[in-house]
Amino acid sequence: MNIIACVKQVPDTEAQIKVKADGSGIEEGQIKWVMNPYDEFGVEEALRLKEKNGGDVTIVSVGPARAMETIRTALAMGADKGIHVCDPAFDNADAYVTAAALAAAIKGMPCDIIFCGQRAIDDDSGQVGAILAELLEMPQLTLVTKLDFAGSSVKAIRPIEGAQLLIETALPCVVTAQKGLNEPRYASLPGIMKAKKKPVDVKNAAALGIASEAKAKVAKTTPPPARPPGKIICGDEPAQKAVEVARLLREEAKVI
Amino acid sequence: MAQGVWIVAEQRDGALRKISFELASTARKLADQLGTEVGAILLGSGIEGLAAQLGKYGVDKVYVGDSPVLDPYITEAHAEAAAKIIKEKDPAILLLGASVQGKDLAGRLAGKLATGLATDCTEVKIADGKLLAIRPLYAGKCFGEIVTNTNPQMASLRPNVFPVAEITKAAEVVKFDPGVDAAKLKSKVLEVQKDTSGKVDLTEANVIVSGGRGMKGPEGYQILEELADVLKGCVGASRAAVDAGWRPQKDQVGQTGKVVSPNLYIACGISGAIQHLAGMSSSKYIVAINKDAEAPIFAKADYGIVDDLFKVVPELTSACKKLLA
Repeated sequence: MNIIACVKQVPDTEAQIKVKADGSGIEEGQIKWVMNPYDEFGVEEALRLKEKNGGDVTIVSVGPARAMETIRTALAMGADKGIHVCDPAFDNADAYVTAAALAAAIKGMPCDIIFCGQRAIDDDSGQVGAILAELLEMPQLTLVTKLDFAGSSVKAIRPIEGAQLLIETALPCVVTAQKGLNEPRYASLPGIMKAKKKPVDVKNAAALGIASEAKAKVAKTTPPPARPPGKIICGDEPAQKAVEVARLLREEAKVI
Repeated sequence: MAQGVWIVAEQRDGALRKISFELASTARKLADQLGTEVGAILLGSGIEGLAAQLGKYGVDKVYVGDSPVLDPYITEAHAEAAAKIIKEKDPAILLLGASVQGKDLAGRLAGKLATGLATDCTEVKIADGKLLAIRPLYAGKCFGEIVTNTNPQMASLRPNVFPVAEITKAAEVVKFDPGVDAAKLKSKVLEVQKDTSGKVDLTEANVIVSGGRGMKGPEGYQILEELADVLKGCVGASRAAVDAGWRPQKDQVGQTGKVVSPNLYIACGISGAIQHLAGMSSSKYIVAINKDAEAPIFAKADYGIVDDLFKVVPELTSACKKLLA
């Protein structure tokens, strides 16, 4: 099988995010960068498919020079080769531009299935998989928590509000991974050594021949609205405090 | 020239979902500022009768695509049908719900229409005649103001955040041919496994009682279930609790789980790791119950109780029961 997994480098979930004084973005200085957690599920599923059915796994990422670390991480987990779409023109890429860059990099490659994370935990857009599927004229399965390969198709479980859907989709298709799909492996030491020698093809905007102007622009970044300071409820007994909170929720907050 | 504020209404099993009314009410506000009409796209099978309900929330025209090929929801079919009527009528703004289905469709449509989409917005307004969409980034650690220069300017709205306003109005119903060829669809829904617990999804709950590491184990959640039952709410969990296997994945609140905005969020034995705060900070009221007075969760809480949750929660349950009796 020819399997592709798209990855993005994002700030770690524990990272404090500081907005630049001029609102033009975030301060990147102190941030620890990691592979987007949802992309890890995609890479893991890609590796499991390969281990079961043979074939190879190609990692594709759009991002600045540091994103190479994330590609190497995926190669260390067991992927075979990488494509790094790297160009300052993509610094302000939105989901559409990112998907277009991925599509341009993937087009022409033999491909049975493409994995993406269901969303990246930085911009939280959750659009790239769907736009990529549209641009490559493939069906999409978003938010997948279980995947079974059945030859020319896959069967997937997708949770929706209050239900789960079992869907069958013809290959090739784009699958976006949700937590629960699998437990991603850690890269082994030999894996990390091997990854250094695996091929990664670096491409710029000109080589892909796509426009890099974002369609949805972040005009301004702001800190979250501050919450007014709360009250610590005093009292001697747990019961007394509980009764007071219940009263406040009823009379002051009016939410119960 | 593109004009009109449109929504994609969401229905399931022949009933409109609440997000549809939130979308309609929000679209009405924006349209009034622009002096334009509100249009709604309604897709499904045997759903024409639902169109009139949208008028009550301010929709002027409902474009109904009614066909067996549109039920159950399949991304490709709905995206194709919606794109067809959008290309024909050229609305300036298009709002969808940031529900599971809404987000799935929104991404595909943005691709088809080659336009910009702001996901999971918590505020939308008109600035200089254009849509200004405000949305959390990094799960709410900061916010972005999004502007789109192509039409339709798309945004998906976070459920439970935008108010619903009823007005008296009759919507005009316009039927259109969705133009979807069933033979060309590559996906098929084989089975719908309904959750039989009768609970709504966390993202749609008005009250969430959530437990973390302080619950000490899966059996600890029983007292949270009891409180949630009294408040007609749902039980959520922190990443620590889910990773420990105490609660199912679908209950996780936080940056790598669900982002929720209930009217009331009660955090029990949750210290308030930044990735958890990211998932619940947009709740309208937050109560924190934790033994550790230094826990970061108290900085976000409207009401805090520093005490043993195993003593406080049962008392809170009986106090609420009395108030609601």
